[in-house]
Amino acid sequence: MVKDIEDIVISTLSRFLIPFMQVFSLYVFAHGHSSPGGGFQGGCIMAAAFILMVIAYDLNEAKRRFREKALLIFCCLGVFIYVGTGFLCLLLGSNFLDYSILSKILPADPIKARYYGMAMIELGVQITVMAIMLSIFLDLVTKGEHEGALEEDV
Amino acid sequence: MFEYILSKYNYWMYIVIILIGFYAMMAKGNFMKKLIGMGIFQWAIIFYFMSIGAKKGASIHIVGGHGAAHTAVQAAEIINPLPSVLMLTAIVVAVATTGITLSVIIMIYKRYGTLDEDEITTPE
Amino acid sequence: MKKVLAFIALIITGALLVYGVKDFPKWADPNQPASLHVSPRYIEHALDETAVPNLVTAVLADYRGFDTMFETAVIFTAGMVVMMILRRPKKW
Repeated sequence: MVKDIEDIVISTLSRFLIPFMQVFSLYVFAHGHSSPGGGFQGGCIMAAAFILMVIAYDLNEAKRRFREKALLIFCCLGVFIYVGTGFLCLLLGSNFLDYSILSKILPADPIKARYYGMAMIELGVQITVMAIMLSIFLDLVTKGEHEGALEEDV
Repeated sequence: MFEYILSKYNYWMYIVIILIGFYAMMAKGNFMKKLIGMGIFQWAIIFYFMSIGAKKGASIHIVGGHGAAHTAVQAAEIINPLPSVLMLTAIVVAVATTGITLSVIIMIYKRYGTLDEDEITTPE
Repeated sequence: MKKVLAFIALIITGALLVYGVKDFPKWADPNQPASLHVSPRYIEHALDETAVPNLVTAVLADYRGFDTMFETAVIFTAGMVVMMILRRPKKW
């Protein structure tokens, strides 16, 4: 339940904007190879969508959509995907982060395999940047007391 | 003389912004104002570095559009991609240091009850 | 007193910076040293070697992949440091 909505204009506008921003961040990440964009930019826009949810609505509403434990798992998952791709290239027989050897397991020639390797690491970068930005923001807003903010109205 | 000033006008602009941020970091007493000065300084450095990559009459660094045949790419017609790449890293570092500085300011306020530099550093 | 000292340091720094502009290349000069050594190689061969049209993504993720990996480690460490500074156990 969302209680004590203060401004009807901001809450109605953000109801339209927040899903659009989330889809737009995925679009910016996916088109990072042929137009300006990539991992860092998409992660920042996705974090901005959740921060808009905190600003326009209650803090508990945003924390209900994205729990703190899931946030911590996402932080580590991004770095794991990045280093895991490099380690996979090492296991297949080539140097660390040498994507052309990925043509052994992916259906592509060595030049196109570098394209897919770059897409994998950009996914890791986006997940990490999104989770860390949201985590820093929630820590600063609640002054570190995550459990206390759940009972009272912030 | 006038030619010399006019051909390097981007450097004069960035020097002014650097000096504004530097003054804010040194002379202001509130910690939040010092933090904003640090932010101005960082962004001036990022803009200066990215202005190095410009080339006269060149187009942006996305090549091979619309399924055209792979004609040879001339290096003099595409702007330099390297400063933009290095400044992506610098922007992320700026965000990280701003977040950590804000958390240190919160702890200072919890401990001393004030954010003024003179009241904190004078021994009572 | 503090503002007077700040102004003196400001004037000295400003003079040093203006003196250093003498050696800088002109704005948008195609023959400046930043565009001469390794940058033409990236521009000419990136599409043939990596099949990615965006040059910034090709350089960031493929040619300079190690820098981006440590960059991700830096942002991860910053998040951990903010958690370590601000969160305290309940009995404080």
